[in-house]
Amino acid sequence: MTHLETIESQSVYILREAYSQFRSLAMLWSIGKDSTVMLWLARKAFFGHVPFPLVHIDTSFKIPEMIAYRDRLAREWRLNMVYGRNDQALAEQRTFPAGRLTRVECCRTLKTDALVNTLSGQWPRYRMDHATGQYVRETNPQPYTGVIVGVRADEEGSRSKERYFSPRTRESAWDVGDQPPELWNQFKTDFAPGTHVRIHPLLDWTELEIWEYIDREQIPVVPLYFDQGKGERYRSLGCYPCTFPVKSTAKTVPEIIVELRTGKFRDIAERSGRAQDQEDAGGLETLRREGYM
Amino acid sequence: MGHPAAAPERMALVVVGHVDHGKSTLVGRLLADTGSLPRGKLEQVREDCRRNAKPFEYAFLLDALKEEQRQGITIDTARVFFQSAARAYVLIDAPGHIEFLKNMVSGATRAEAALLVIDAQEGIQENSKRHGYLLSMLGIRQVAVCVNKMDLVGYRREAFEAIERDYREFLRPIGLRPTAFIPLAAREGENLIRPSARMPWYRGPTVLAALDAFEPAPPIDRKPFRMPVQGVYKFTEAGDARRIVAGRAESGTLAVGDPVVFLPSGKRTTIHSIEAFHAPPPTRVRAGLSTGVTLDEQLYIPRGDVLCRVGESLPQVSSLLRVKIFWMGRRPMTMQRPYKLKLATAETTVRLKAVEQVIDAATLKAAAKRELGRHDVAQCVLHTTSAIAFDAAGDLAATGRFVLVDEYDIAGGGIVLEAIDDGQSAARRRVLAREQHWDVSVVPWEERAGRYGHRPAFLLLTGKVGVAKQAVAKALEARLFRAGAKTYLLGMGNLLRGLNADVEQHRLERQEQVRRMGEVAHLFVDAGLIVIATGSDLNDGELAALHEVIGRDPMLVINVGPNALAQAVVDLQFDSADDPARCAARIAQLLADRQIATFPPDA
Repeated sequence: MTHLETIESQSVYILREAYSQFRSLAMLWSIGKDSTVMLWLARKAFFGHVPFPLVHIDTSFKIPEMIAYRDRLAREWRLNMVYGRNDQALAEQRTFPAGRLTRVECCRTLKTDALVNTLSGQWPRYRMDHATGQYVRETNPQPYTGVIVGVRADEEGSRSKERYFSPRTRESAWDVGDQPPELWNQFKTDFAPGTHVRIHPLLDWTELEIWEYIDREQIPVVPLYFDQGKGERYRSLGCYPCTFPVKSTAKTVPEIIVELRTGKFRDIAERSGRAQDQEDAGGLETLRREGYM
Repeated sequence: MGHPAAAPERMALVVVGHVDHGKSTLVGRLLADTGSLPRGKLEQVREDCRRNAKPFEYAFLLDALKEEQRQGITIDTARVFFQSAARAYVLIDAPGHIEFLKNMVSGATRAEAALLVIDAQEGIQENSKRHGYLLSMLGIRQVAVCVNKMDLVGYRREAFEAIERDYREFLRPIGLRPTAFIPLAAREGENLIRPSARMPWYRGPTVLAALDAFEPAPPIDRKPFRMPVQGVYKFTEAGDARRIVAGRAESGTLAVGDPVVFLPSGKRTTIHSIEAFHAPPPTRVRAGLSTGVTLDEQLYIPRGDVLCRVGESLPQVSSLLRVKIFWMGRRPMTMQRPYKLKLATAETTVRLKAVEQVIDAATLKAAAKRELGRHDVAQCVLHTTSAIAFDAAGDLAATGRFVLVDEYDIAGGGIVLEAIDDGQSAARRRVLAREQHWDVSVVPWEERAGRYGHRPAFLLLTGKVGVAKQAVAKALEARLFRAGAKTYLLGMGNLLRGLNADVEQHRLERQEQVRRMGEVAHLFVDAGLIVIATGSDLNDGELAALHEVIGRDPMLVINVGPNALAQAVVDLQFDSADDPARCAARIAQLLADRQIATFPPDA
C-alpha cells in the first residue's frame, strides 16, 4: 500500500465509525482544500453519498469565489448543505477592522460564537432547498452531537495534540489537559448529554499529501489556490481582511506539488498568511479551547 | 500533465520515558538539526521566551500549549512530522509524568517503533520501566534506548554501560530486546544526527541512524482474512440499490466469488462484488484497505460481526476470554460493575469474572488483588453478555485488542491471550451448522422491516414462578399489536403440549425445551416479528443458550421480581408487575431506545 492509500483508508475508517456512532452528525466544510478533501473522503466512505449535513460558518467576509464554489458543488453532489452566521454581530458591525475589534476578537465573534451556536441549534441554520437552489431557514434545529472537522496535526501546535475523537463540554470548551485515551482504533464515542464530540479524520495528513490526493483523485478546488497571472496564490483560505496570498507561479495542482516538494515553503508556516495567528502567541490555541475548529 | 510520484512511506514513532529525562528536548533538537522546522515556528517560540524572560528551550517547540510551558512538562502527546534521507516520520512525543500515562499509551498505540529516553544522571526511574513494559504489552517490538544528558556525567562510558546493563536485565523477562542503546546529549546535539567527538568509545548508531534502521511493519496480506463490519449501507432514497457491507480489511485478502462466513453469527454466503467510489470496481481487496462488498444473499449482518473467508483459520467465538488489561480509570475496575467492551467494531457488555494476577509494571512484582487500580496491569478473565469473535493478539493484533469503557470514558485497554470454553460450544456448533444451510428469504430483511414498521426482536420475560410475567406479556402483546406491530406471544404451555410433547417434562430435559423454545422464537424473528415469551427460573446457562440460538438479532431480557441471574445482563428490571399496562408501556419505550421500533404513545 502506498502511504496515500494508508491515510485515505484511516480517514475513511474514522468517518464510518463516526457515522455508526453518532445519531446527530454533521461535517464542517470551510470550502478550503482540507475540508474539501475530507468531503471527498466521505464520498469514498459512503460510495458516492454523503449521509450527513455539511455545515459552513459564513462570516460574510469570505472571498466571494468561495461561496460560488460551495453552492455549485452542493448542487452537483446533492449535498445536504447548511450554513450558520452571527447575524447580530454583522448587523451591529462588531467586526474587524470596521468595528475596532482585534483580529482574534473578530474570529471569536464571527467564527467561534457562530459555530458554537449553529452546532447547538440555538441560532438559525439555513439549508439548501435543492428544488429551488435557495437557502431556507431550518425549522426546529437539533444540536449536533458529532461534528467532523478537517484539522491537521501538522498545521500548528495545539492541533498536533488532538485526538481523532475529541470531546467538548456543554460550553464547547476543549480540556486539552485531560483528554481521553485513544487506543488503536477505539475512539471516544460515549458522551454525557449536552456535550459533543469533534471528529478529526485528517489529523495524519500533511499539506503536501492533501495536494497529492487532490491530484490523484482530480478533486475540484477553489481557483484561489492557483496563480491567476499575478505571481501569487493563496496557500490557506480564510476571510479576506485577514488572509494574504504567497508569492507563487503555481497554476495547476502538479505545479503546487512540485513547489511544496522543492521546499520553497519549508521555512514558512502554512498559516503564516493568516493574520489572526500572529496577533497573540497561542492565539489560535485560545480560540480552539473556546470551541474554534 | 506530469504526475509526481506517490508520497514516500511514513513511519510513526513514539518517544517515551520518565518525566524530565529530555524527550521533548530530543525531539525539538532533532527537528532543528534536520532542518524540519518552519521558520515561523522557531521565531514564534524564541519571541515568546524573550517576552516572558525565560531561556529558550528546544522542548518549547513541542510543548506548544500554554499550560505545558508554564509547568515545564508535556501533558499530551504532540505529533510532529519530519524527514530523514531514508524516509518520512511522524514523531509522537509522549508525556513522562505518571498522571498522564493514558496520554503516553494513546501515543504509543499509534506507533510502529519507539525511542525510550533515560537520563544518564538520574538513571532508570519508575516510568522508564513502566513505559518499557507497556511498549511490550502494546505490541511495539522495535525500541531504541536513548541514554540522554551524557554531558551531566562527563560523557563517561561506565555511566552509560551501567544503565545499559541494568535496563537490559529489566527488559529480558518482558521479552523486549532493544535495537540499540545510544549515549547522547540531546541539548548539545551529541550523537543525535552526527557521531559525537566527545564519546569516541561509542561505535553504535546515532539517534537518526537508529531511526532509519527500524524495519517497516511486514505486510499482513498472508494472514487469514478479517474484516470487522462497520456498517451495512443502503442509500435507497438516493436511487442506489446496492446493499454494501463496509469495513476495513485488517488482514489477508478477499476476492469476488470467495465463500465467506460472518462471525459470531455464523451466516454464510459468497462475495458478489467489491465496491469503490471514483475507481474501477476492484476484483480483490488486500489488508489495510477500507472497502465494501455486496453479497450473493440478502443476509442480516449486524455491525460488529467479522467477515472471514471460508477455508482459512477462523476467529475464536466465546463469551469467556483470558486477557491482559491495562487500567487507566479514575475508579478501580471491579467485579461488581458492568463495562462496555469494544473489540474491533464489536461492542458488548462485559464483567470482570476473575483477576488472576496483578503486575506492578515498574517492579514486575505480582500481587493478589480482587480489583484493578489506576495504572495496574493484570491478567484477568472477562465474561461478555453475548459471545464475540476475536483472535489471540499474538496471532492477529487488529482483532485481538480491545478497550473497556466505564460509563462515558475509555478506562482500560487490553489484549486477548486466549479463549476459554464457556460451555456453549456445542450449541454454537449446532447454530453454525444451521446457518451454513439456512435458506435465506428472497425478501431482504430491511424491506420486511420497512413494511412492518419495526425490526424483529425476541423479548423474554424472566422471573420466579408466580410473579405475573404472563400478565405483563399479554398486556405487551396487545399494546404492540394495537400500535401496528407484527407481534406474537409464544405461549409456553402451547409449546409443552405441542412441539415438545415428545420431551419428558422433568428437569433433565429442560435443556432441550429451552433449545426448542429458542429455535421457534428464532423462526418468528426470521419472519420479522417481535416475539414475546416468558420463562420461569431461567438460569445464566439457559439464557446464554438462548442468546446462541437467536444469534445476532436483538434479544431483550426483562426480569420481573427478584433477579436470580448472577451473570446475564437484564435489559429491564421490574420489581413488581402490579400494573401490567405500565410495565408494557415501559417495554415499548425500551424498544424505542434500542431502535427496534418507535410507537406512538398509547392513547
